[in-house]
Amino acid sequence: MPRVIALTGNHAVAYAVKLAKPDVIAAYPITPQSPIVEKLSEMIESGELKSSMIRVESEHSALAACFGAAVAGARVFTATSSQGLLYMHEVVHWASRARIPMVMALVSRTINTPWNIWPDHSDFVDQRDAGWIMAYAMDNQEAFDLTLQAFKISEDPSVYLPVMIGIEGFILSHTAMPVEILDEKQVEEWLGERKQPYIVDGSEPLGLGGLTPPEDTEDMFYGIQVAMEKSKDTIRRVDREYGKLFGREYGGLVSCYNCSDAKYFAVAMGSWSGDLIEATSKLRDEGYSLGVVRVRFYRPFPHEDLWGTLRGAKGVFVFDRAISFGAWGPIYTDLVAGLLQYTSKLPPVVNVVAGIAGVHVGAEDFYEVLKSLIGQVESGLEHGYFKWVRVRR
Amino acid sequence: MSKSQVKPPLPYSARDVVLPGDAACHGCPIPIALKVLSAVFGEKVILVVPACCTSVIVGTYPGQSLRASIIHVPFASAAAVASGVAQALKMRGVSDVQVIAWAGDGGTADIGMAALSGAAERNEDLIYIMYDNEAYMNTGIQRSSSTPLGAWTTTTPITGKSEHKKDVAKILVAHSVPYVATASVGYPHDLYSKLQRARSIKGFRFIQIHAPCPPGWRFDPKYTARIAKLAVETGFWILYEYHNGKITLSGPSRPLLDPSKRRPIEEYLKLQGRYRSIAPELINSIKEYIEDNWSWVKRYLL
Repeated sequence: MPRVIALTGNHAVAYAVKLAKPDVIAAYPITPQSPIVEKLSEMIESGELKSSMIRVESEHSALAACFGAAVAGARVFTATSSQGLLYMHEVVHWASRARIPMVMALVSRTINTPWNIWPDHSDFVDQRDAGWIMAYAMDNQEAFDLTLQAFKISEDPSVYLPVMIGIEGFILSHTAMPVEILDEKQVEEWLGERKQPYIVDGSEPLGLGGLTPPEDTEDMFYGIQVAMEKSKDTIRRVDREYGKLFGREYGGLVSCYNCSDAKYFAVAMGSWSGDLIEATSKLRDEGYSLGVVRVRFYRPFPHEDLWGTLRGAKGVFVFDRAISFGAWGPIYTDLVAGLLQYTSKLPPVVNVVAGIAGVHVGAEDFYEVLKSLIGQVESGLEHGYFKWVRVRR
Repeated sequence: MSKSQVKPPLPYSARDVVLPGDAACHGCPIPIALKVLSAVFGEKVILVVPACCTSVIVGTYPGQSLRASIIHVPFASAAAVASGVAQALKMRGVSDVQVIAWAGDGGTADIGMAALSGAAERNEDLIYIMYDNEAYMNTGIQRSSSTPLGAWTTTTPITGKSEHKKDVAKILVAHSVPYVATASVGYPHDLYSKLQRARSIKGFRFIQIHAPCPPGWRFDPKYTARIAKLAVETGFWILYEYHNGKITLSGPSRPLLDPSKRRPIEEYLKLQGRYRSIAPELINSIKEYIEDNWSWVKRYLL
């Protein structure tokens, strides 16, 4: 039977992984991810979870071991953060280009140097071009739900790509919230057996990843792009299916709050969307026509959904918790490029980068920034611009 | 070798697993080693191959010159990927397939060392084979930590390498894994029996195969086996097995415990262009290095 218990984000992920019953888990300790793997180790040693845990000597080896196990027919899982993800980056590409389904949880933390263990999205967005389906949760329940859905999406024959689920370190990872844990039997029936495009297990001679000429290689990479496009329908279908079975549907690739009648829109990803929604509720009470679009899936980038919601907007304010140094926030760049697929005339699209390296940005900060931005558009602002808001208290 | 000493052929058929038409250089030691491997395991192997000469030798997609399973993996990851494959097979109940990490000296002694040490320490159930051609041959003969003292490479182009060869087998002995062996393409029967022995043991097994490379070591391709044998006969490369905490010298190396039975190292060096301008004091240093290696081996002898 489903039950609601108080869980940190890390433990919510671990409980979801337990229900997915991976054959092999490989991971390396890193703050703030470690409690996921600690919890899974406890489940394995107590006999609750029948998985093989490979306690590797580095993150590079963690994902490499997962890759090997997945290729040989196992359902696999790993988790990491920040420097760990950067260290395994080579294998991140290797896995997706081999079209091998697997799931990784990323507990975000900014990138060194200097030493800093607090969260922003810089580690997550750094993997943008790696061919993984990338989703980001807003709260612990969604972290649980997305982790389970990740296995379903990854192993869907129209997709066959690895999936990465992001949550912010500490804000979610170490904060307890009520989370509904699903019934084991029900999940098993819904998720089904491991599916993958090929298995290298010695039952027949098979080569994977040998020297390949340019045209064949390009064809393979084109296949990833096609799979990414197809995965959008899979993501929406899995979200609806999950909603029907387990009672929570999130809207597919994006979640919208008060969007139907809004003239202005704030766009964000991750846990601070909660603060953003709080700020916009207050602004709506004061008469501002404002909605929030929360990006749940960063890859594939949901430009159709964004256009569907943002067409006709008077102003769009994109909040990025990461910066592409020398350019802008990464969601902003994609959003502008995405909207230009549909129109040559954009409303002012303003990019606000904030919350970098774990700086706290609260509802009151969003409130001030949004009020000022709407004011600027109302007084005739015609073009978008970029602004790095460094909140100091 | 007299007629009475000729050994029976190894039990493989040339077209069973190692197919003709691979992309190896003339005189390449790697197909020799692969043929011996196929004599032991047939096609029931999964080779986990990081960047190395073998990546190229087995041919271009969609073809493959080995009738066996190969997973090509990132340079540093052979031992880690092989660990994952082995764990997956165990969880899925597949027991008739041997997982083998198959890597060169660069992928083992250098970039793959951490993953190798990790897999060894975890005692993963797999065989790790390092074929040791003593430099980065696939990228064009650059120095590796397994390159011996005094050897010319394209990154030690004038003075030769100024450090001794890193002894990876010794490092694996220090991990106390169930089985470590040194072998040579000059002695296929010895390699065959070591692979058979490795096959009968559970846990982490490591075999380092000395593999003379004609273009990299600068010798005539017809001398691959001769140079491999000279490395052993001069005592430079010691053939042994480490098992249950003890070392056993293999047949060809056994008499060489007595230094007077070894051929002079100069015989080995002079056939190789990579030692053409080696300084005399470096030759002396190589002689000391050989003595040190034998002293180390002696400590573990039965």
